[in-house]
Amino acid sequence: MLSFIIRRFGLMLVILLFVSIIVFSLIHITPGDPARMMLGQEATEEALQALRHQLGLDLPLYQQYFNWITGVVQGDLGNSLKDNSDVLQVILQKLPVTIQMTIFSFLIALMIAIPAGIISATRKGTLWDYGGTLFALSGVSIPPFWLGIMLIFFFSIQLGWLPPSGYVEPWVDLKKSLLLMLMPALSLGVRLSAEITRMLRSSLLEVLRSDFIRTAYSKGLLERGVVFGHAIKNALIPVVTVSGLQLATFLGGAVITETIFAVPGLGRLVVTSILTRDFPMVQGAVLFMAFMVVTVNFLVDILYSILDPRIKLEGGKK
Amino acid sequence: MAVDTVIKTDNPKKRMVKDMWGRFVQNKLAVVGGIFIFLLIFMAVFAPWIAPHDPTKQSYEKFLHAPDSENWFGTDELGRDIFSRVIYGSRVSLEAGLISVGIALLIGVPIGLLSGYYRGVLDEYIVMRFTDAMLSFPPLVLALSMAAVLGAGLENAMIAIGLVFTPNFIRLIRAEVLSQREREYVEAAKASGISDFRIIFFHLLPNCLPPILVQATLSIAAAIIAEASLSYLGLGTQPPTPSWGSMLSMGQGYLDTAPWIAIWPGVFIFITVLSFNLFGDGIRDALDPRMK
Repeated sequence: MLSFIIRRFGLMLVILLFVSIIVFSLIHITPGDPARMMLGQEATEEALQALRHQLGLDLPLYQQYFNWITGVVQGDLGNSLKDNSDVLQVILQKLPVTIQMTIFSFLIALMIAIPAGIISATRKGTLWDYGGTLFALSGVSIPPFWLGIMLIFFFSIQLGWLPPSGYVEPWVDLKKSLLLMLMPALSLGVRLSAEITRMLRSSLLEVLRSDFIRTAYSKGLLERGVVFGHAIKNALIPVVTVSGLQLATFLGGAVITETIFAVPGLGRLVVTSILTRDFPMVQGAVLFMAFMVVTVNFLVDILYSILDPRIKLEGGKK
Repeated sequence: MAVDTVIKTDNPKKRMVKDMWGRFVQNKLAVVGGIFIFLLIFMAVFAPWIAPHDPTKQSYEKFLHAPDSENWFGTDELGRDIFSRVIYGSRVSLEAGLISVGIALLIGVPIGLLSGYYRGVLDEYIVMRFTDAMLSFPPLVLALSMAAVLGAGLENAMIAIGLVFTPNFIRLIRAEVLSQREREYVEAAKASGISDFRIIFFHLLPNCLPPILVQATLSIAAAIIAEASLSYLGLGTQPPTPSWGSMLSMGQGYLDTAPWIAIWPGVFIFITVLSFNLFGDGIRDALDPRMK
């Protein structure tokens, strides 16, 4: 187990190295002058020279990368072009908001998907199953930004039940915070709930065909006992791990959802930084998101090997 | 000799294709998806004949008009006919879906084939780790950043989306090649002295096509949403070209007075994406009924 963790950690570091190269290349290797990209077409030659010197763009490419990655490793993601604020500090300020929304939408997704997946699998071929399948397909097909807009239209404008947008910290006003978070979390969670429903259905169907389930039935157990006492535990293993791997999709979705609902999180930071051409902020936020995903994937892999000891991980055999 | 062997297996292949077609047409939802896709393509190709109005023509007497017999889906804040804009918007969405996936295939297929066939250090330490890294980025965030660096516009959005989707194809094709390269037909081709190039592109590639087809169909659906997302955020299609994503973005500001501006483009994105997903799922089930 320990050798697997060490090997997997080494792999994570290699992936992070590639991630950093991609993020660096985004700004430095693409055609065009990064300084002009940041300052715009109207910028004077002096301003461009000054920025190139400030960002070290007049140095050879490998040196630029080395300087940048040395700073990154020490926690220095650079400074915003807009107000010179520390990029990492801004990201860490925005992060709790996105985490709050992610947890909330994850809970909503599970609340929808677990009953839907179980009903679909245990009532295979019935109207319930078709309903669950149609929900799952619709959930992955619905554009999240349109769903968000439609939620605002129905629940805020038509019914007046929920505030349309904004954010309040939970410790300032818990009720208002939850009400404001409900629609963003729902619009972000529907897609995940659809994916978990599909996954849980197929995983549960496979488990229900196993010998140990037939044995459980032959012992005279009722369907409820078999499903909840035996099948669900095994069927949830891939669901739990794959849900963890959905973080990348979640963070991508947060970009749109936070923009629609004016939630001041990491996703909105990316969009506003892109629109204001604040490239150090974009670079820092994108790198940070990828770092989160790689770390979570690493933890999920470890969790996977603990949850399901039958799985022999590559190179992890004793 | 080996070539003869390959040709002689054509008949069972024909039977297999017939079986697959039989399984596909039995899947009603997939057929409905296919019909919708056909209608969308028809709508996009014949947009000038179907659309009752010029999609960019502004009319200040008719701004924010509710749907009526003349403007079926109403008009927007500049008095443009929403129905005509939705019809023309299908061109942008389909073009974005097809070209983005085309770019991903063009780059991903050769890399996946070569990587899976030759393996080695380049495959293990460069190609695979690079795809791992690419897949660590939230896809939309990476597409957004690339589109921002390349500059706003439909072409750049399609390039960005295509590049973001490429690693999925590399991994899929590589995995398929790894399972195919040990098969007898590859051994036979090698033994008869056929060049690696011919083995890879004329023997392995045709056998890798079914999963590629499924992935491509499902990726078109994802690419349509990605393009609409970029347009919604102002980095995709630029005005006055009608695109479903930018129409939604405009419509959000008029939800209380003219909700039809945001409703219809969204309905069409949803139907289009759902159709491609149904169609892709149908192809997958037809190719491998065990996966159902």
